[in-house]
Order: sequence, then C-alpha cells, then structure tokens
Amino acid sequence: MSNLVVPTMAEMMASGEKPDVLFWVGCSGSFDDRAKKITKAIVKILNKCDVKFAVLGAEESCTGDPAKRAGNEFLFQMQAMMNIQVLDGYEVKKIVTACPHCFNTLKNEYPGLGGDYEVIHHTQLLESLFKEGKLNVEGGEFKGKKITFHDPCYLGRANDVYEAPRSVLSKLDAELVEMKRCKAKGLCCGAGGAQMFKEAEKGDKEVNVERTEDALKTNPNIIATGCPFCNTMMTDGVKNFNKENDIQVLDIAEMIALASDL
Amino acid sequence: MTISSILFILILVGSSAFFAMKVRQIIKNIRLGKSINRTDRKGERLKIMIRVALGQSKMVTRPIAGILHIFIYVAFIFTQIELIEIIIDGASGSHRIFAEPLGGLYTFVISLIEVLSLLALIATFVFLSRRNLIKVPRLVKSEMTGWPKLDGNIILYLEIILVICVFTMNGSDEALYNRGASHYEGQGSFGFALSQFFGPSVFGGMETSTLHVIERIGWWGHFGVVMGFVIYLPFSKHLHIFWAFPNVFFSNLDPKGQFSNMESVTNEVKMMLDPNADPYAVPEVDPNAVPQKFGAKDVPDLNWVNIMNAYTCTECGRCTSSCPANVTGKMLSPRKIMMDVRDRAEEIGKGIKKDGEDFNDGKSLLGDYITEEEIWACTSCNACVQECPVNIDPLAIIVDLRRYLVMEESKIPSELITMNTNIENNQAPWQFSPTDRLKWKDEE
Repeated sequence: MSNLVVPTMAEMMASGEKPDVLFWVGCSGSFDDRAKKITKAIVKILNKCDVKFAVLGAEESCTGDPAKRAGNEFLFQMQAMMNIQVLDGYEVKKIVTACPHCFNTLKNEYPGLGGDYEVIHHTQLLESLFKEGKLNVEGGEFKGKKITFHDPCYLGRANDVYEAPRSVLSKLDAELVEMKRCKAKGLCCGAGGAQMFKEAEKGDKEVNVERTEDALKTNPNIIATGCPFCNTMMTDGVKNFNKENDIQVLDIAEMIALASDL
Repeated sequence: MTISSILFILILVGSSAFFAMKVRQIIKNIRLGKSINRTDRKGERLKIMIRVALGQSKMVTRPIAGILHIFIYVAFIFTQIELIEIIIDGASGSHRIFAEPLGGLYTFVISLIEVLSLLALIATFVFLSRRNLIKVPRLVKSEMTGWPKLDGNIILYLEIILVICVFTMNGSDEALYNRGASHYEGQGSFGFALSQFFGPSVFGGMETSTLHVIERIGWWGHFGVVMGFVIYLPFSKHLHIFWAFPNVFFSNLDPKGQFSNMESVTNEVKMMLDPNADPYAVPEVDPNAVPQKFGAKDVPDLNWVNIMNAYTCTECGRCTSSCPANVTGKMLSPRKIMMDVRDRAEEIGKGIKKDGEDFNDGKSLLGDYITEEEIWACTSCNACVQECPVNIDPLAIIVDLRRYLVMEESKIPSELITMNTNIENNQAPWQFSPTDRLKWKDEE
C-alpha cells in the first residue's frame, strides 16, 4: 500500500467538500506503467504542498483527443459530451493534467461543446507552487547535471507554453541546454495525431529516433519531458542508441519529486 | 497623343484587364469553398496582418532567406513609386514628372530605389544559386520539379532583367542630363545614389542619339517586365505578393492545437445523448438540402480559407522542411498538400467554366492528388503551421481529409480501429478495464 492521498471527486462530494483543482490523470497516466510513475510523482508533490485536489477515478474517460486527430469526430464528441456531463456534475472549475493532449483538448475543444474550465498543465501548476513558495527544492541529485527539455507539440506550438517547464527546471540547479530545434521549432517526438497507436508510414527513419538524435547532440544526462507520450518515444529513442544506462528520460514532475526526496 | 503614349496605354490597360479577369476567376475558385467565419476580432486581425504580412516577422526566423527576401520586398514596395511615375509619364508623354514637385525628396526616393535594387539584385543571385547550385534541400524536394521549379526561376530572372532596366534607364538618363540632352529640362546631375557615378562611366562615352535609344530601352523594359509580371502572376506561385495580406488577415487566431468541432456531428451526438429524444422521430427534411458530407474529399468540401491558403502558398517549403514525417522520409509534404489544393481548384474552376456548375470529371483531391498514405503520416504537430511565413494551415486540410476517410468511407488504419474500439468500450485507447483506472494509487 502506498501512502499517497488520492481523494476522488465522489468521495469529496460525499463528505461535502470541494477540491480546488481536479487532477485529470489521463489514460496514459492511469494505465501506462511508465506514465503511472509520473502520476504518482505529481500526487506526491500535491500532497506535500497540501493542494486540495481530487481525481475522477473510474469516472474519468478518454478526452477523445486521439479519436479527433484520427478523424473520428463522432467518437471525440461522444467522449467530450460524456466527460463534460461528469465534470459539470461535480461543478469542476479548474483542471490540472500531466498530458498535453488532454490539456489541449480540455482547454480548447471542450468550451465549444459547453465545457468551460480553467485548464493548466502540471508544469504550470509546479511553476505557481514555486512562485507561491509552497514548493522549494535544492538541486539534489540533479545538481550540476546536464538537462535538455523536449517541448511537447501540444504544450508548446499548440498552446504557446514554453516557459513554465523551463522555469521549473531552472530550480534544479542544473545546466539546462537547448536542442537546436527547440520551443516553437521543436521537433515532434512522433506520437501525436494518434500516431502513438499505429505503425508509422513507410520512410527511412522513425521520428523518435530523429528527435533523440537532436537530444543526444546536447550530450545530456537527462532528457526532460512534459508529456507521457513524448516520454515513451524518447525512452525508446534512447534505447535505440543503447544509451539507456547513460541517459535518463524523466518527466519534470518526477525530477521535482526526486529532488525533494519525495 | 503620340503613338508611344497610345501603345503604352494599350499595354497597360490590356495587361491590367487580363490580370483582373484572372483574379476574378481565382476569387471564384476560392469561393468554391464552404463558409467559415473569419471576420471576427478585426483589430487583432489587422495587427497580425501588419506584423506578419507587412512586417515579415516570420520570414526572419530563417535569417539568410528572410533578410534577403526583405531586400526584394522593400525594393518592390518602393519601386512602385517609380512605376507610378512611369505610368503618368508614359500616358502623358512627360519625363520624370515627380522630379520637380518633389525636389530633394525625389532624389532621395530614386536613390533609395537604386540602393534597394542593388540589394535585391544581390538577393536574386543568392536565391538563384540556392535553387540551382547549392540546392538547398527544401527547394529541390520531389514536388519541386517541372513547372514549380521553372516558376521559381522565372521570377528571379524577371527580377534581374527589371533591375538591369532600372539601372540602364537611370544611368543613361544621367549621362544625357550631364550633357543637357535629357528629356528632363536643363543640364547637371540627378544626384541619384548610384547612377550619378556609374551613369557617366558606363554611358558617358556614347553618342547622344544612342543614349536616347538606350534610355528608352531601359524605360520600356522596366514597364514591359512589370506588365509581363502582371500577366504571369496568376499562373505563378508568386501570387503571394497579394494574397499574403488577406491570407494573414483571415488566418486562424485560436490556439494552434484547437481543431474545429464539427457542428453537424454535435447535433447528432446531442440527439444520441439526450434521454428525452425520440429515437423514432422523423427528422425534418429540407427537400432542397444538399446531402452533407463529413470532412473533405475534394476542394469544394474545404472552406474558402483553405483554398485561399493554397493560392497564397509560394512553395518556399519551410513547412515541409520542418515536418517530422517528411524529414524522416515519409511521403507527406505539407507544401505538396497546398500545391495539390491549388492545382485541383484550378482544374475545377476551368471545368465549371466549360461545363457549368454540374461539372464532374470523376476526379477528387483525395485519391487523385493526395494519397491516404500522405495524410496518415501526419503527427498533427503544427510545425508546418508554425513555420509558414504567411500563416497557411496545411494541418486543417489534412484533418478534414482524414475526417472524410474515417467518417464517410471507414477507411482507417486497422490499429486505429482498435484504438477507437478501445475508447468506445474501455474509455481509453488501450484495452484496460475502466474500473482499473485508479489502480495506480495502490501499486508500488
């Protein structure tokens, strides 16, 4: 049994309470073994900072993002409408999520279907926790390490969030190096647009390998990500170059949790 | 009125009329598209147009091409002043009609044009070498063979001829003015930045009568190239010099990640989820309604902004060179998507002109121009949208094509069928039990 405190919206409501923020875990964060570690890291931080949050648990359902990107608007809107019913039922106002795809869909595409929420990415939450002084880290094991951040497309280009992840990483007392293609010019990891769930079309290279090369050129100790899918793709990319013993691929939340000995 | 004035006016009116006719056809082709509201937030639109189209802000993200392009662009803008003078002079038989009223300002403006023309000439040579000698990868990709390649070069050749004409005209006129033989009254130096020096040294030794001919060759050459350019434009990728402005003005202002929610789908989904809806109710049918298609199969299924995007595209290939699919060897090239849309729009436009509204050649954008393999290679990463210096959105078109494939033809990669089934049955793209969603909490 872990000592994570993870209240659900249903439990909160039953006890007459209301969380300040809903933690939208996402399918990846709920089911993918690697992404679950990111989820737990976030919960540890939320617990440590006494953030009053809740999750939907079994009431959460895919936002419909991959269906929409893959052209299945019906399925997307079905998912969206059902989720909006649940979210509105709990009178959710603010959502934080560790998945940029959920983030984008909830923030940009749900309002048109009647779901209006303040949606933030977990790196934005971390940034504000630092600003409010609720979160403090010293570099810990990351002190002096070389870190390069891979911009998730759906956080960066899609929503112009470039600074929050970098500002959080800057707390780690590490050396932050940018890849040649970064921020608005950042190269995709290859997973977006439902590519995560299918084989790539014929070509002469995998996108994640191309992107991992970008990262390797900076000679990093750690490749930092802010998206469970990017994490998978970069992890596979690093393995492709047999560098998994030298280079870690970590989500920013995991790094903060580790640096805080959580 | 002299014969040359009459000839001048005929060429001017003829080329302009031809251009107007072609532009009308292009507007018709753009109107083949469906409506989309892009007239909101006018202030914001004006600002972005000034910044991105007029101010070329996205061009300089690639500094070499960007700065050289600005040379040509600024030279083009200022040369319009000289062109207006040429038009007045040509129609009325005057010579340098702006010189006297503008005085020192005239010397400054023509000097500026000369300096900019020199910079533009340098830029043109660099651009030619980038296309033909250095072969910058994005300028020689597979879709850039045949006409697109020639088109890119023709514009640059025309630019060289134009600048040579400007210098010939000013240089020979300077030499003539030095000896009091210019059509401009008096004797002296015009004092233009470059021609006051190279004029006498290049043309000073020539006979006055020869110089008069040379000056006219320069003058008519300048006018002729511009008019030729006007006729050529509608067939060329170079149309961006006009469309860039409306294209940026009407571009998407929402976050790039936000895809449109299809209204036609919303209505059906609402019906499905409404517990009070009568499942057997016969929907009201408008007998005149055209059956609605989901997504886009052909150009008329796109919206007019998509089609305007295609006419604006100047095939620079920044999109393609930043496309993760393209750089890893997949068939997808966002630039080709735009070129295909334009080619197909032209084809349909011509067909309708010939056969009337019910024109049908049995072809379509999807299938005959763009393959399924291309559109399924897209990661929807928005790099192409980000890179485009004039805010073209190839991704919107790719998504609409996918929508047609999936919702009309059920043509979808089999792994994605599995993904969709999982979302429907398990509320996640993988086959996990939805009741296990919180299991992570208790796992070590």
